[in-house]
Amino acid sequence: MLLAFLVAVALAIVSMKDLFSVIMLSGIYGLLSASFFVAMDAVDVAFTEAAVGAGISTLLMLVAITMTGRSEDPDRHKPFLALAVVVVTGGLLIYGTFDMPAFGSAQAPIHQQVVPRYIQHSMEEIGVPNIVTSVLASYRGFDTFGEVVVIFTAGMGVLALLSVARRPEDIAEIDSLNDSMHEQHLILRIVSKMLLPFILLFALYVQFHGDYGPGGGFQAGVIFAAAIILYAMLFGMSTARRVINQSFIQLLAAAGVLLYGSVGIVSLLEGKNFLDYGVLSDDPVAGQHLGILLIELGVGITVASVMVIIFFNFAGRRENAHSGEENEMQNNNRGNNKT
Amino acid sequence: MAAPLCLLLTRPRMVWLFALVVSGTAFLTSILLLQQVMVSGTIVYELGGWKAPWGIEYRIDQLSAFLLLIISAVSTVVLLAAHTSIQQEIPASRHRLFYVLYLLSLAGMLGIVATGDAFNVFVFLEISSLSAYALIALGKDRRALWAAYQYLIMGTIGATFILIGIGLMYQMTGTLNMHDLSVRLPAVEHTRTVFTAFAFIIVGVCLKLALFPLHLWLPNAYAYAPSIVTAFFAATATKVAIYLLIRFTFSIFGLSFSFTALPLQILFLVLGLLGVFVASTAAIYQTNVKHLFAYSSIAQVGYMIIGFSMTTATGLMATLLHLFNHALMKSALFLALGAVMYRIGSVQLSQFQGLGRQMPLTMAAIVIGGLSLIGVPLTVGFVSKWYLVLAVIENGWWPVAVLILLASLLAVVYVWRIVEVAYFKPPLAANESVTEAPLSFLVPIWILVVANLYFGIDTRLSIEVAQAAAQSLFGVSP
Amino acid sequence: MLMDHYNYWIVVVLMMTGFYIVIAHGNLIKKIVGLSIFQTSVFIFYISMAKVEGGTAPILEEGIRQYSNPLPHVLILTAIVVGIATTALGLALAVRIKEAYGSIEEEEIQRQDNLDC
Repeated sequence: MLLAFLVAVALAIVSMKDLFSVIMLSGIYGLLSASFFVAMDAVDVAFTEAAVGAGISTLLMLVAITMTGRSEDPDRHKPFLALAVVVVTGGLLIYGTFDMPAFGSAQAPIHQQVVPRYIQHSMEEIGVPNIVTSVLASYRGFDTFGEVVVIFTAGMGVLALLSVARRPEDIAEIDSLNDSMHEQHLILRIVSKMLLPFILLFALYVQFHGDYGPGGGFQAGVIFAAAIILYAMLFGMSTARRVINQSFIQLLAAAGVLLYGSVGIVSLLEGKNFLDYGVLSDDPVAGQHLGILLIELGVGITVASVMVIIFFNFAGRRENAHSGEENEMQNNNRGNNKT
Repeated sequence: MAAPLCLLLTRPRMVWLFALVVSGTAFLTSILLLQQVMVSGTIVYELGGWKAPWGIEYRIDQLSAFLLLIISAVSTVVLLAAHTSIQQEIPASRHRLFYVLYLLSLAGMLGIVATGDAFNVFVFLEISSLSAYALIALGKDRRALWAAYQYLIMGTIGATFILIGIGLMYQMTGTLNMHDLSVRLPAVEHTRTVFTAFAFIIVGVCLKLALFPLHLWLPNAYAYAPSIVTAFFAATATKVAIYLLIRFTFSIFGLSFSFTALPLQILFLVLGLLGVFVASTAAIYQTNVKHLFAYSSIAQVGYMIIGFSMTTATGLMATLLHLFNHALMKSALFLALGAVMYRIGSVQLSQFQGLGRQMPLTMAAIVIGGLSLIGVPLTVGFVSKWYLVLAVIENGWWPVAVLILLASLLAVVYVWRIVEVAYFKPPLAANESVTEAPLSFLVPIWILVVANLYFGIDTRLSIEVAQAAAQSLFGVSP
Repeated sequence: MLMDHYNYWIVVVLMMTGFYIVIAHGNLIKKIVGLSIFQTSVFIFYISMAKVEGGTAPILEEGIRQYSNPLPHVLILTAIVVGIATTALGLALAVRIKEAYGSIEEEEIQRQDNLDC
């Protein structure tokens, strides 16, 4: 049933021309797939997908279209070629499904290899009831380390592409603009001001409760970042920027990665392998617990700060796009003449 | 053993010197690794202290040690020139980010090569690609942005295909560890699911590999990226993709399956040859020298694929040799182009007039690199072409050998065009005052050029390693 | 037999819809939307195969014997992060392209490039 909805949404996106509705629909798509994940017992994934697919990425896309315009050119190039490629690829995949183990069958190979150990022994080896957390943070801790590095890379990449040196007079100008704008949303501001501490608290809860229920560093980071972004939207970018220093966030982003890495190195120095948390305490299980806590903290810090970096840079770019449009144009002309 | 490599991943942002030290450390580590692997065979390192199918392991055999060495060596030498080169090509406020992204990309590539876990490959692939997109977009020209965007779309499609393939494999076997996969796959290899998985992985890797006809993203990405980035990626990125191709076909799926499931041999042979000819011909018509060498890179990938398609130890050895040699040639060439860019601010062929006299050392490097591309004796290019032709003849494919030699003639044409302009035309009035490139360029360029000549004359080291790697791959797979 | 694979077939349709958007549409933002749909569908595929009939969420509790497979969940958590990273970078590029070319239509950009050459 949910899947049918998903198909409908996806097809609607294909035919829709207005980018704003396309993005809204893709947010819905994210939310629907999150509910599907719940139905499939993947609560952790659902949590993340709801925060990312329906939350952060929709937000980023919306900010992006305010800068790029929201309508799509109706002309499509080579639709038949594209369709042919798609049909061939899809056909191959369908062909591949025929020999797959039946859906939901407990006899499928993936449930026979490797995983039983996680389910049967993770409690005594790691001492954390949420198996997803123990696999994520310990058995396959290196993957998660890679994941943190990926998000760090993205943050740095966006920074490299969008960061702008801002001139002081712009800030003053934007400030006055913001002030006049936010006079009007007094109630909204008060309500959200009251909500903010709760959101932050909830983020912390998700962060440290990941061992027992769904949640963990990544989800917490996203929620934390969402709180800051909400604040920035309501109180103006410059206020937010004054509260949260840019270079401080960059430092935090790196610190998260470093925290993760140094946990690994500590275990290395203790004569064990990289990311072996057993050495962090006399009792290996307690060590695992501590290790997971620390690395989840590292993940949370990096994710939250990178999300904030990405958002601030998008938004900062947008403000500059207005004041600096002519400037950019000149730069481009110069660039063109050179080639 | 692999620990210093992990150390690499944990860097905050830092400046050139630190980047250089990190890259140099990686280089030294990989030399040690290679020595050890050559002596004692495959090294396994369990990350997190969990045994392989449950945890993730680094598995370093001759092949991956060889690749690690190439990547870290090129990266170190190229970084030597980075400090000077990016002064001109990247705004000062982004320098710090440039180094961060550069190291991330290096870490990603080393990770791909070192890891023994299929999903971990995907993660590292994304680290190196994401930083690659951002690095390319740092180029001065606005077309760099467009090139980076196209690369992002193609690269992500490729990575998603690989992800689908890994998912299907996992579904059939229940494991993600490469070694474990190679043990379990034969039992289910007749299934259509595994066949699909294989097809998806091959297509995904070929997108990354820029194998003809999936090469469209490459020329622009190389041409408009900052010179240092081009030198680094031209020498390493496609090599990593070749590594993945070899790893998946030989080590995971196993030789017999890989080449019977699909008509891969003929497919790759034809695509490789087509790639060589189409790209070489395209190179002749370019007016931007970076474009020219980018097309030549596609052609070189074609040669590697031809060697690969033979599925004999000699063929594979020729591929690996060419991998090594091509990394040397292309990094020297693109670095020399970086020097030209630094001095005259352009790499249009028309601007090269008279440079032979004004920048004699830089142009000499380009000429030697070009000779190597053609495959003239005493350069590395000759060695790998020699073995490639030997392998082809060993297989009894005479026409292919003739075609390879013919294709080399095309290389003569495009290299000659540069030589002609640079040495036999008077300097442009606007470029009267151009002088030789600064030492910070010349030293790394000539390190690479000398390496080009050295490994062209004394071939023992590179051949021994390539041979060992090729044989071990054939030893592993039945 | 039909019901066994019904889920996977729908997922394939979803993937291909996303894939089609990526290659057939010229608008840069829409391409990125397509890419994220393509990736999300792959996630759905992974999660589908982790489901065990009668299993529950993989959080250990007394009295429950059958859990769904946690490993694909872990992989997809990582993959989602990779997905959002790609999306963010792609959007950043699109914004810069808009500034540089004044358009986010593929053909328009290609046309301007050809003029440059």
